[in-house]
Amino acid sequence: MYLSLALSLGDFTVKLAVCIKRVPDMEGRFKIAPSGTGIDEAGLKYDMSDFDGYAAEVAIQITEKLGAGEVTVISIGPDVVQETLRKALSMGAHRAVQLKHDAPVSDGLAIATALAAELKDGGYDLVLCGRMAVDTQNRSTGAFVAELLGVPLISAISQLNVEGGVVKARRELEGAYELVECPLPAVVTIDEGIARARYPSLKGIMAAKKKPLEVKPAQLGAITYSLDKMELPAERAAGRIIGEGKDAVPELVRLLKEEAKVL
Amino acid sequence: MTNILAFSETRLGELRRAGLETVTAARQVADATGGQVHAVLAGAPGVAQHAARLAAHGADVVLVLEHEAFANYNPEALAATLAARLGSGYRAAFFAASALGHDLVARVAAKMRLAYASDVTEFVFQGDTVAVAHPGYTNKIVQRFTLKATPALLSLRAGAVLPMESPKAGAVEAIASAIDPTAVRVKVTLTEKAAGGKIDLGEAPVIIAGGRGLKEAANFKLVEDLAAAFGNAAVGATRAVTDDGWRPHSDQIGQTGRLVSPDLYVACGISGAIQHLAGMRTSKTIVAINKDKEAPIFKAADYGIVGDVLDVLPVLTEAVKQAKAGA
Ligand SMILES: Cc1cc2nc3c(=O)[nH]c(=O)nc-3n(C[C@H](O)[C@H](O)[C@H](O)COP(=O)(O)OP(=O)(O)OC[C@H]3O[C@@H](n4cnc5c(N)ncnc54)[C@H](O)[C@@H]3O)c2cc1C
Ligand SMILES: Nc1ncnc2c1ncn2[C@@H]1O[C@H](COP(=O)(O)O)[C@@H](O)[C@H]1O
Repeated sequence: MYLSLALSLGDFTVKLAVCIKRVPDMEGRFKIAPSGTGIDEAGLKYDMSDFDGYAAEVAIQITEKLGAGEVTVISIGPDVVQETLRKALSMGAHRAVQLKHDAPVSDGLAIATALAAELKDGGYDLVLCGRMAVDTQNRSTGAFVAELLGVPLISAISQLNVEGGVVKARRELEGAYELVECPLPAVVTIDEGIARARYPSLKGIMAAKKKPLEVKPAQLGAITYSLDKMELPAERAAGRIIGEGKDAVPELVRLLKEEAKVL
Repeated sequence: MTNILAFSETRLGELRRAGLETVTAARQVADATGGQVHAVLAGAPGVAQHAARLAAHGADVVLVLEHEAFANYNPEALAATLAARLGSGYRAAFFAASALGHDLVARVAAKMRLAYASDVTEFVFQGDTVAVAHPGYTNKIVQRFTLKATPALLSLRAGAVLPMESPKAGAVEAIASAIDPTAVRVKVTLTEKAAGGKIDLGEAPVIIAGGRGLKEAANFKLVEDLAAAFGNAAVGATRAVTDDGWRPHSDQIGQTGRLVSPDLYVACGISGAIQHLAGMRTSKTIVAINKDKEAPIFKAADYGIVGDVLDVLPVLTEAVKQAKAGA
């Protein structure tokens, strides 16, 4: 178990917030929209960004283990994000907030400004974001939110332990890891490995219908940068099968030496 | 404001290859636009010993921050120091697109209220702006942005710029932390090399990766043997394998694992799921060994062998050993 908890119960209720982005399913092939700055959305399925799903799962597990506490899920976007928020509610989150904004935004600071405005007076002990949104891959929102809220940040964590008002986390480095701690309240961004998002149960789906989902306008910050263009990466030339079984090894070694020059 | 700052990453007192890549990138820009390269080295006392290598790679000045409180990564003190330094006037700052680099650049950007571009694969400085290519959608789409703010903050994907020597003076200048580095909220209490992998995936020119086709954890020995035969290789894995606990999570390559771009990637018993390809398709040469000739990995591979990995790997390991001995 990667998530352990020893929150001293009793005098307080833990309040958790999870920032969730709705993104297209990454399985499919993408086409660039005629504008050149977006993807063609036709036929795409949408769901919460992978890391945000893990973040929601972590927050829900915390309240389940405590038998107390409240998880609020927040998403910025047009009304379709309500579907994503409902999914988080059906996983076990308690309430949802849509910060309504219809146009797509890729600016992390503008997004974080709206999230921070909503989080500021919420009395949250812990705010969870994904390590990155799998579409924009900006990796910046969590840090901007922490800075705007004036609370400490631990990013890209793969293990979490909350103990006596202190967050203890593990971060995976390239070929190494580090252990990090900071006091609550705090922002953490969630990496893989910590918890897999559960599939909502039928009971959860029914329960979610009755849970509160509030809609407010998003108070986005100024846009500081913009997307000029999207492109599909250059296709690799199709490879070739050079042979079968171990008999193909000499030819492979020759190609690696002479053609690819990597040996 | 033409000077370029390069953050040179160290870990446990050692300079990382990524720390030379940022200096090389900064040198390229400074050579084109004028100005100096200022490299930042932070760590426990003694870290200044790496200044000479930064100078050799093009640092005009090496700003050294030495203090016991930087023996481990000290995110808040480092971010405050860099934000203060950058505020005094720089054209741009390069960080590595690594676990540390991403954490640090985001904190600096947040302090300065500046957008930044992460995991950049291309950058072009034009007048006051910087045009960058930044992969998105699990690397299936290239997003092109223009950063208009000064300083432009970028994290550079491993391998986007290769370390290159370009000797400069590298005058060492000691700098102090902008805040008391012992009075920070976020503390790294331990940094430790993960068990197993000796060469880091992000730095290895060769990666031998294994999937479920290896059948059981013990057979990863064959993958490790091949890596050892190359000498400069790291071992990677698919999520199927890390999920089953055959390999640590830190070895996972793909959409939700590491993004790698080695010179050579050997995929052993890996099907080539889109999420795996997302992490390695930019490798320069890809070899696939899979018993199913319809496996999607063959579409991504330059060279394929259809066969049982358990048979092929020992023979390949021997052949590589011989080739290395002959070379
Ligand atoms: C949201 C999400 C994120 C994901 N992120 C990642 C990620 O980051 N990285 C990742 O790798 N996966 C990821 N996955 C999982 C991915 O979809 C695949 O399930 C996984 O990559 C498959 O691993 P595999 O190739 O080892 O196993 P399999 O798909 O089971 O393939 C095994 C292959 O081995 C071959 N084989 C079997 N026996 C032999 C033999 N004796 N000799 C030779 N070949 C043999 C088979 O033909 C087959 O092609 C993700 C999935 C999801 C849904
Ligand atoms: N539109 C959004 N609504 C809610 N949360 C978001 C939104 N965009 C980004 N986030 C949060 O910020 C994280 C990092 O996103 P990014 O900085 O874009 O990679 C995501 O994993 C989410 O937790």
